[in-house]
Amino acid sequence: MNIYDTYEYDVLVIGSGGAGMRAAVAAQESGAKTVVLSKCLLGKAHTVMAEGGIAAALANVDAKDGWQPHFKDTMFGGKYVNDWRMAVIHAKESPEAVRELERWGAIFDRTKDGRILQRAFGGHTHPRLCHVGDRTGLEMIRALQDRTVALGVEVFTECIVTQLLMDQGAIAGAFGFFKSTGKMFVFRAKAVIISTGGIGKIWRVTSNSWDCTGDGQALAYNAGAELKDMEFVQFHPTGMVWPPGVKGLLVTEAVRGEGGLLKNKFGERFMSKYDPKRMELSTRDMVARSINQEIVEGRGSEHGGVYLDISHKPAAYVKSKLPSMYQQFMEFADIDITKQPMEVGPTCHYTMGGVKVDPETQESTVKGLFAAGEAAAGLHGGNRLGGNSLSDLLVFGKRAGISAAAYVKKTNNLLSVDPVKIAQYQKDLVVAFDRPGKETPAAVHRDLQEVMEANVGIIRHADRLNKALEALKDLNERYKHIHVDGGIGYNFGWHLYLSLASMLSVAEIVTRAALERKESRSAQTREDFPKMDSEWRKKSLIVKKVNGAVQITTELLPAMPEELRQLLGDEAK
Amino acid sequence: MTSEKREVVFSIFRGDVQGGRYEDFRIEVSHGTVVLDAILEVQAKYAADLGIRCNCSAGKCGSCSAEINGIPRLMCKTRLSDLPLDKPITVGPLKAFPVIKDLVTDVSWNYEVNKKITPFTPARDTDWRMQQYDVDRIQEYRKCIECFLCQDTCHVIRSHDKKKEFFGPRFFVRLAGLVMHPLDSVDRLQMIKDNGGIGLCNVTHCCTDNCPEKIRITDNAIIPLKERIADRFYDPLLMFIRKMFNK
Repeated sequence: MNIYDTYEYDVLVIGSGGAGMRAAVAAQESGAKTVVLSKCLLGKAHTVMAEGGIAAALANVDAKDGWQPHFKDTMFGGKYVNDWRMAVIHAKESPEAVRELERWGAIFDRTKDGRILQRAFGGHTHPRLCHVGDRTGLEMIRALQDRTVALGVEVFTECIVTQLLMDQGAIAGAFGFFKSTGKMFVFRAKAVIISTGGIGKIWRVTSNSWDCTGDGQALAYNAGAELKDMEFVQFHPTGMVWPPGVKGLLVTEAVRGEGGLLKNKFGERFMSKYDPKRMELSTRDMVARSINQEIVEGRGSEHGGVYLDISHKPAAYVKSKLPSMYQQFMEFADIDITKQPMEVGPTCHYTMGGVKVDPETQESTVKGLFAAGEAAAGLHGGNRLGGNSLSDLLVFGKRAGISAAAYVKKTNNLLSVDPVKIAQYQKDLVVAFDRPGKETPAAVHRDLQEVMEANVGIIRHADRLNKALEALKDLNERYKHIHVDGGIGYNFGWHLYLSLASMLSVAEIVTRAALERKESRSAQTREDFPKMDSEWRKKSLIVKKVNGAVQITTELLPAMPEELRQLLGDEAK
Repeated sequence: MTSEKREVVFSIFRGDVQGGRYEDFRIEVSHGTVVLDAILEVQAKYAADLGIRCNCSAGKCGSCSAEINGIPRLMCKTRLSDLPLDKPITVGPLKAFPVIKDLVTDVSWNYEVNKKITPFTPARDTDWRMQQYDVDRIQEYRKCIECFLCQDTCHVIRSHDKKKEFFGPRFFVRLAGLVMHPLDSVDRLQMIKDNGGIGLCNVTHCCTDNCPEKIRITDNAIIPLKERIADRFYDPLLMFIRKMFNK
């Protein structure tokens, strides 16, 4: 059986969101022959959903801002389990990353003196988010797309990668197929960059796109790379709660940044009970837990959320600053946000954990395998601040691209790919067509989402996490009995079946890591361990595949130089 | 429609480039449902292999373009409450592009057109200052989510298939954003006239009517470009002078 096409490149980028395109641009500019494999059409990755802005200490609005306050905020938001080296690099390099985007054609909102405007945002002590209304992600993806095209980077759209190819412990390429024809491929490459985004599709209420199925984390894990911080999953405090079709759809934090107020059904600004200092602009984990508490204790809104109200601001202002939100509520829910409050509730939003990488080069623990963006871990620690994701993509996407190109220069030949293994991968790919089975991909996916929603959500407990592990065992068994109908050309059910393999692996990893971290810290809230534990402050959980099973170990966080420690103050100790 | 469920028939195209037919599926829907929800329900229950494109489910990525009751729309933004439910709702692929499978069409032509456009090229010594009122109008063009519904609607492409000599509304929107960018230094008008074929557009506003981002494509992008081209190439006085002096 040898019915696949073979391609050869220096650098193979898997994923076409912000991190992937920024990495591809950097690799190509560094002289490497670069290719991007995208699961969707170009320019449709989940990055387009980013709304609020890019955090970068340009100090255009507040001259007091600089890399130090940005670093400090990021570490505080992550409750100090961030990799401080990444937080420093990120804070220092994000202003230039934003200017680069502008040079490639992005058009940000302007200050009165014609510079890039910055807005306030939760957890940021200065107005720091460069933005375009509330569609910053789209602006970013378009600018990067234009740059990618202008540089002549090759892009193959609508393909799914199911295996990374290895040669004696180093990366040799990737195996997968094109969605439209089902035609299989082998991409041989000297370096591979994983930039596949998050894992949000394993929860039912999620702001994530269909493509966010944890493919990159699963690929890296199966290739023997270490993952880190997988227990930290951010539940954004404000997703839409109604109508059912858009349940979970994000309501940007910019609503609160622009003065939106959170109220319960009695009209009380309940944040005064939980974080009187920061109120609505507290960190995301705090706001999410507070909203959850209000709902659980019966003070929620009609459809099981709370109210978010911006109607006290002038209608024209709301429409100009939050145009997508205005449209979104008008079109999906018949709500005019300039007159009525929105109904919102927590929604799965972001994966802080991911592939463990070197802070400077973004190389994983597998030789030649790099990762950037949401698929990589380290920068955000226990929780990510709004706006730090887009800057993360740019800063570390660029670094991954440059490092991969440098790695390629040191590598002489393409490594070999094992034809026996590839033959096996080909068989595995189509196995569900040929076998009988009563399960469908949609049913297993739906039940996985219910399990994660009920047991591995915003508030966790060992009993529920163990229950989830039992349920996952059952789901993995059912997975083996899925039958896929139809042909190999653009078969949605087949694609979902293949993504489910990633989702099931990642779901187990998240659950086991959540069980292991016996404390409550930022995005990880354990009912049975409600306090933050200073011992856990010192270490990260590392996940690795050993003998086919999930192995979890702890690793000490790198020691921080004294001057940075002083910068963070007493709270960080 | 109240909160209780009701049964609706969806007539969905099944087929590929060779041809196909519309198949009926009967499903229960509740208030607030959009067409994409219904299609995913059909997929989960009756036709797992049904080919569709979707990603964000929120009208932001522009993947789920289809023709609903014959009108080009995003499935994720089309509410059932806005459609007549007493007869079958037809959902078919975009007509202007070749079908790959079911509701998925080959839109690669658009990406090829895009490659022909010279990227944003700032002047060398710019200080990157721009006023908000200078960028307001280009920010409208940059709202485009590349759903290609305008391309599908435009009769120059849809009925006359002039894909070889015409860029289509999407790319006039992109070009307008470049031409009116305060810092862009490329002269693009000749290219828009000759390669883009903007003269073929006879301003029927069909693209504007179907734009999910409500970009006023015709009035704010195409007509201003046409005016600039007319000023440059078809000014009667200038044409006379050029003729006289053989320039």
